[in-house]
Amino acid sequence: MNVEVILANLPKLLEGALLTFELVVLSLVVGMILALPAALMRVSRRRWLQWPAFAYIFFFRGTPLLVQIFLIYYGLGQFETVRDSALWPILREPYWCAIIAFALNTGAYTAEIFRGAIQAVPVGEVEAATAFGMSRPLALRRIILPRAFRIALPAYGNEVILMLKGSALASTITLLDLTGMARTIIARTYMPVEIFLAAGLIYLAMTFTFVQLYRLLERRLTRHVVGAR
Amino acid sequence: MIDLAGFGQQLLLGAAMTLQLAVAALVVGMVLGLLGAVGRLSTFAPARAAAGAYTTIVRGLPELLVVLIIYFGSSRLLSIVAAAFGHDGFVELSPFAAGVIALGLTFGAYATEVFRGAILAIPKGQIEAAHAYGMGRWLTFRRIVLPQLWRIALPGLGNLFLVLLKDTSLVSVIGLEELMRKSQIAVGFTREPFTFYLSAAALYLLMTIIAMAALHRGERAAARGMPRPGG
Repeated sequence: MNVEVILANLPKLLEGALLTFELVVLSLVVGMILALPAALMRVSRRRWLQWPAFAYIFFFRGTPLLVQIFLIYYGLGQFETVRDSALWPILREPYWCAIIAFALNTGAYTAEIFRGAIQAVPVGEVEAATAFGMSRPLALRRIILPRAFRIALPAYGNEVILMLKGSALASTITLLDLTGMARTIIARTYMPVEIFLAAGLIYLAMTFTFVQLYRLLERRLTRHVVGAR
Repeated sequence: MIDLAGFGQQLLLGAAMTLQLAVAALVVGMVLGLLGAVGRLSTFAPARAAAGAYTTIVRGLPELLVVLIIYFGSSRLLSIVAAAFGHDGFVELSPFAAGVIALGLTFGAYATEVFRGAILAIPKGQIEAAHAYGMGRWLTFRRIVLPQLWRIALPGLGNLFLVLLKDTSLVSVIGLEELMRKSQIAVGFTREPFTFYLSAAALYLLMTIIAMAALHRGERAAARGMPRPGG
């Protein structure tokens, strides 16, 4: 075990960790924006609203993230219309392609979490809202969504961790995230055990920090609930 | 039908390799998961600590990193072992073996938690009854716990298998010619990335659908003799 190699490359690895962090946060934000309408469409009573959301969720949950990244980064360039379009400067960049792929992926999983949470809201509460004369949008905004949000919290925490781990795939499209940086350093030093170990420890540190912070957040957001934790 | 330029058969071969990898990793992962759960619930503190460390660490690492660590890390370890036996040279795991170990480790870490929950969900009275009948711990585990474990753990394990099926694509990074790697090769020849990665996606979806249907039947079979929810 060569600790010196780890110490010498630690700044580089931390730089990679910063990119990992950035990718995860941006993807989660965009994913959340995608997930809410998708979940609402999924629980809608109108068929034509249901099926596009179903198809989106089914595709992104049913195929590997690696395929999705490759489809977006390498795949889209196959079409001349894409290459000539105004979006090409964005779709050419691995950075944006990674964020698009991650956001679509986590959006699908989050939509499914929200759907489950919306359906888990006690029927009596929804009926009570209707009895009070609330319209469907008002009941959604005041009763169903705030309630669903709290039900979804624990599952969403898991999804964040899955996204953090999934972000390692950014290294397959040349990005120097934590895994990508580790692989580059290894190509130079040929010290795979040391560098991967260091990268692994940084991932674990990120996961543990997140789990602790999230537990605090959960406790804070559910403090009015009797007997919750 | 889309034109696969003669690579269709290659993709199917890749899909077959993907399935082999998934099934082999499943077997390794189930054994690790059961051992992990028994360790987590053991009265022997070191076993609890080891099992706890295993699931916490492996579940906190990206699957891709686990694959890379096993593949590149093991060659160092194996070379040292080989040198001790007088073989000087480079020894390494095949990508398939490395993939099975890495994905099996990951599956096992999650399965540990599924099995642990399932063991805890078995009513304590049944275990006490078994002891009262004079069954030893092993006999109780085999006759009372294990048959029910299956039914309770199956939905959780099924989800893990679907995740595993998709994670097999990561082994393409270390060069195993499964579905994803075969698609990359085809793209290299044809310069049609969208066509081939979409075909790969369709094959993954198909495998997922088949696995889901099989799991649904399995769950029904495992729950036979149980009252149906809602009477």
